[in-house]
Amino acid sequence: MIPGVFTYHRPSSVAEAVAILANHGDEARPLSGGHSLIPMMKLRMAAPEHLVDLGGIAALKGISEDGDTITIGAMTTQHELIGSDLLSAKLPIIRETALMIADPQIRYVGTLGGNVANGDPGNDMPALMQCLDASYVLTGPDGDRQVAARAFYEAAYFTALAPEEILTSIRIPVPAAGHGYAYEKLKRKVGDYATAAAAIVLTMNGGTVGMCSVALTNVADTPLFASEAGDILTGSTLDAATVKRAVAAAEAITQPASDGRGPAEYRTKMAGVMVERALARAAERARS
Amino acid sequence: MSDIEQIPVTMTVNGKKVQRFVEARTLLIHFLREELNLTGPHIGCETSHCGACTVEMNGMSVKSCTLFAVQANAAELTTIEGMANADGTLSALQEGFRQMHGLQCGFCTPGMITRAHRLLQENPNPTEDEIRMGISGNLCRCTGYQNIVKAIQYAAAKLNGTEFQEAAE
Ligand SMILES: Cc1cc2nc3c(=O)[nH]c(=O)nc-3n(C[C@H](O)[C@H](O)[C@H](O)COP(=O)(O)OP(=O)(O)OC[C@H]3O[C@@H](n4cnc5c(N)ncnc54)[C@H](O)[C@@H]3O)c2cc1C
Ligand code: FES
Ligand code: FES
Repeated sequence: MIPGVFTYHRPSSVAEAVAILANHGDEARPLSGGHSLIPMMKLRMAAPEHLVDLGGIAALKGISEDGDTITIGAMTTQHELIGSDLLSAKLPIIRETALMIADPQIRYVGTLGGNVANGDPGNDMPALMQCLDASYVLTGPDGDRQVAARAFYEAAYFTALAPEEILTSIRIPVPAAGHGYAYEKLKRKVGDYATAAAAIVLTMNGGTVGMCSVALTNVADTPLFASEAGDILTGSTLDAATVKRAVAAAEAITQPASDGRGPAEYRTKMAGVMVERALARAAERARS
Repeated sequence: MSDIEQIPVTMTVNGKKVQRFVEARTLLIHFLREELNLTGPHIGCETSHCGACTVEMNGMSVKSCTLFAVQANAAELTTIEGMANADGTLSALQEGFRQMHGLQCGFCTPGMITRAHRLLQENPNPTEDEIRMGISGNLCRCTGYQNIVKAIQYAAAKLNGTEFQEAAE
């Protein structure tokens, strides 16, 4: 379990990091927390020739609020997300989700940027970012561009990120005060990736749903934004028939693999169950 | 082999400054065990699951099998070898593990104690549930965790100057 040989770079600015990536193209990879990449390197499933450690770039850390947008630096760790008062007040679903990722040791080191850039359908943050309609700021040799989380994921480990780009921050529109939220994750044990998981954010006006956003983790080779399920629920009173239709719409877009977490049919059904539970909890938490 | 680049690293480990040259791919656990002869941190799974390799780095509990030694450059590290009190007596946690029978084979213990140390720094008065979630990255194949939880409760009580009361089972 010894990784292959590589050249180690530790730039102190984003520009420097991007220049190194641009020089080495596909042979180079950014290293954030390393808690997805190093296990792959130990298994020799990844063997980058150059590692660009982003740990020395202070500008990539931190959480800030600007008007209706919260910006989270890519190198912000899951532990820091959990401890953030700003996120607990404005985007509590991030804390709820982060607490379901891996275990304390991994959360001290694993970063939000690494989690969303990785492209592993098992990661929990990508679906959450789709649910929240976040965008990713990608910085390359020609400057910044923004890609919506909902348009970022192409296939397992294939994303809109170019080899010479770094994901530098995540921008999240703040949901309305009093919104309801829930991340429901079925897993076999602490530290496991999801058998299926669902993220929901909604608002309630009296007894009707003002807006509702639904996304799913680990039931396809990318995270899934379940737009139809959200549309069905919007404007409804969350009556049983409508919930049933929305759950069916969410299940219909899943394409899970059959693996140690269960056969595909089971995981599709569990995605539906997670949507139903998340919906109930989100509605209960919403203030109208 | 000898043309693999050697990178200088400096860190403070258990209060002592150390300086070495390492290959970039050297994992922190191998550096600690093989370069510094600190064999307290164990290698259980090598796959980031078991927590036997847990050490304290800059105020975080980390799995040293999943970090490169170069990432710990300039860091402050504490391993189980650095957990005893300055006068050499057992720390509250070590005493707790002894008194409450918190270990059997002892393989997981260095990681457990190192992790529990950080847990109590962040949460000096944890509930049983918080203790269990706090050590959820550490596996023990022997104890069934019951006595590990008690050992941590014992240590918390000692550090808080309160009396440890064993819950009825
Ligand atoms: C035992 C175990 C259990 C886990 N369980 C879960 C879980 O339940 N849910 C979950 O979501 N995750 C889980 N993880 C993964 C963990 O959350 C990782 O930390 C996370 O997926 C990646 O973040 P990182 O900072 O460690 O990234 P790294 O491992 O450093 O990087 C991951 C990938 O993204 C690329 N990358 C990293 N940062 C950037 C950037 N800023 N710009 C461009 N590319 C970048 C890297 O080149 C690499 O390809 C688990 C990990 C372990 C070891
Ligand atoms: S040896 Fe590091 S987690 Fe098991
Ligand atoms: S005491 Fe044997 S593994 Fe924990």
